[in-house]
Amino acid sequence: MANQQSTSGNPRVDLEYRRKKNVEEMRYQVITFALMIFLTLIAFAAVGFGDVSNWFTIPFILLLAVVQVIFQLYYFMHMSHKGHEAPQLFLYSGALVGFLTVLAFMTIIWW
Amino acid sequence: MSTNAQKKGFGAVLWDYLTTVDHKKIAILYLIAGGIFFILGGLEAMIIRIQLAIPDNNFVSAGFYNEVLTMHGTTMIFLAAMPLLFAFMNAVVPLQIGARDVAFPFLNSLGFWLFFFGGVFLNLSWFLGGAPDAGWTSYASLSLASEGHGIDFYSLGLQISGFGTLIAGINFLVTIINMRAPGMTYMRMPLFTWTTFVASALILFAFPALTVGIFFLTFDRLFGSNFFDPTMGGNTVIWEHLFWIFGHPEVYILILPAFGIFSDIISTFSRKRLFGYSSMVFATVLIGFLGFMVWAHHMFTTGLGPIANAIFAVATMAIAVPTGIKIFNWLFTMWGGSIKFTTPMLYAVAFVPSFVMGGVTGVMLAAAPADYQYHDSYFVVAHFHYVIIGGVVLSLLAATHFYWPKMFGTMLNEFLGKITFWLFLIGFHLTFFIQHFLGLMGMPRRIFTFLPNQGLEIGNLVSSIGAFFMAVATIILLINIVITSVKNVKVGNDPWGDGRTLEWAIASPPPYYNFKQLPLVRGLDPYWIEKMEGKKEMTPAEPLGDIHMPNGSFIPFMISLGLFIAAFGAMYRLDYGWGLPVLIIGLVITFGSMFVRSIKDDHGYHIHKEELMDDDDNKGVKA
Repeated sequence: MANQQSTSGNPRVDLEYRRKKNVEEMRYQVITFALMIFLTLIAFAAVGFGDVSNWFTIPFILLLAVVQVIFQLYYFMHMSHKGHEAPQLFLYSGALVGFLTVLAFMTIIWW
Repeated sequence: MSTNAQKKGFGAVLWDYLTTVDHKKIAILYLIAGGIFFILGGLEAMIIRIQLAIPDNNFVSAGFYNEVLTMHGTTMIFLAAMPLLFAFMNAVVPLQIGARDVAFPFLNSLGFWLFFFGGVFLNLSWFLGGAPDAGWTSYASLSLASEGHGIDFYSLGLQISGFGTLIAGINFLVTIINMRAPGMTYMRMPLFTWTTFVASALILFAFPALTVGIFFLTFDRLFGSNFFDPTMGGNTVIWEHLFWIFGHPEVYILILPAFGIFSDIISTFSRKRLFGYSSMVFATVLIGFLGFMVWAHHMFTTGLGPIANAIFAVATMAIAVPTGIKIFNWLFTMWGGSIKFTTPMLYAVAFVPSFVMGGVTGVMLAAAPADYQYHDSYFVVAHFHYVIIGGVVLSLLAATHFYWPKMFGTMLNEFLGKITFWLFLIGFHLTFFIQHFLGLMGMPRRIFTFLPNQGLEIGNLVSSIGAFFMAVATIILLINIVITSVKNVKVGNDPWGDGRTLEWAIASPPPYYNFKQLPLVRGLDPYWIEKMEGKKEMTPAEPLGDIHMPNGSFIPFMISLGLFIAAFGAMYRLDYGWGLPVLIIGLVITFGSMFVRSIKDDHGYHIHKEELMDDDDNKGVKA
């Protein structure tokens, strides 16, 4: 996993590199955080403006929610790092199964 | 450590098993508990077949027949087939990947005890006012109308044992992803490990649907909700969807490990590398993937509409392709192999045509228009018994013979094993082949009797006679087990002589820490590779060092016991004043045990290098 300690035994070997990486990561996190606040504001705005049709609002805020989840997973929970292939596989498979279930419930169940 | 070889009293052994977190002992627990439930489900099957042997029979009443039929299905799927598969997964998979134990030994034990208490709870219904009687599918429109507490036993019992299954599935996923020995890449894993992996992923994704469905059912029946009641704005079809979103992957959860067991057995006794290994892996994953898109083929006649029916029909038929790949790979593995017809190999050879027959009727049933004819007839009964007995049960019997030496250090008698095999195979085909025709002649499933002079007498009589063959076969297997255990002739690492995978490189039964040094895996069938180079054992991948071991714990038992007690409280809450306090006491026991587990540090212990070196003296003869 990417967050494991260096195994070389000498802690100073890639300290410089790590520091640079951390700064970079911090920058991404701040940017994503700002973006997420912004997306949340847009979502509130979309609901707040009453004259937009629900057929636009609901898919739109769902889309914003999906983007936020992706930000959360990739930038705050480090899924963008190497060594997360198995969690990614299971996450996406689970999402697919959940999506199929919801899709089926919305389309083929008669009420 | 010398304590391992000490003779112990009965109480000490019992306490050892109640608190064990060792995957090999948990495997034995699963085998015993699953075996008992298998016999129970078998007895229920015998009652069914005796009742249906002749027309207008009154061996059992209609109501009791419904209970027996429901409990036969539920017991066999949830409490026999799956735990028995877990038994072999626990016994073999950590060894096959060269691990010291599963990733979460504590959870492994918790999973077993949850299953066990769930199963006991379900079966206590026989003594407490009647068993569930709405079929193993327990469709909500029927189960909500069922009187008494039968369905509550079903929903609460399956909920508890379902948690156990979910825990076990996650445990195997983590184990296989993280604990493979050095060199054991994904594409070097034995097929049984691969199928366990995919089946565990299916458990992870399928069981939540069952959990949700059963929660709804429990709340509808006991806590006044109306999820499935159309008169109150609910919808009864939701249960069917939730149940089959779980239920269809469930049959792959059962059959995939069976495929894995047979793949290993066939390549072992054909003394050949498995033909088309990578296509086998691909087919396994594809079956798992497609398994989630076909659940509505159980509901063709519910009225989903032609488009949905067509999509699910095509998706269902597509599954025949990866399954066909597997069938041909098994045949090509045997082709040109130097085949040794041991008992497990006999099961494997018989499995191929038997399972193909079940598969072919599966494709027939997948054709939605034709399904309107087959629906709810004995044709369906014949189909799913052909895949479940012809696939899963044959694999369980084969694995019992194949892995018995690895689990207990003794060989089951081959002669008795072959008698069991022939009786069981003949009985199985005798019982279920003719049911295809009974179904086509119009005999509906789940009826408690039939009228004379409708052409159904002979078929049903033949079917019942076949069931007795299977019963006798099972009894002979039990006799075989008793004889073998009494004789207690110990065998070495590789009693079949042709072991290919890592589990045969280690003593039978393995020492409690499994591998003294993790083995270095140099390719597919690692033990075979070493043997072909004239070596007797695996090359170690690490120097001898201290081994970290988990401590045993009684907490899993207590957590499960708490839920067991709480289930009684939940069920009798509306009838008696003591219901609610009991519910609360049960939950307090469960959460209290979890709390103790959370705050109490339990770091396990180390086996020191010196002790491991002492063990070298009595290697191979360890009990």
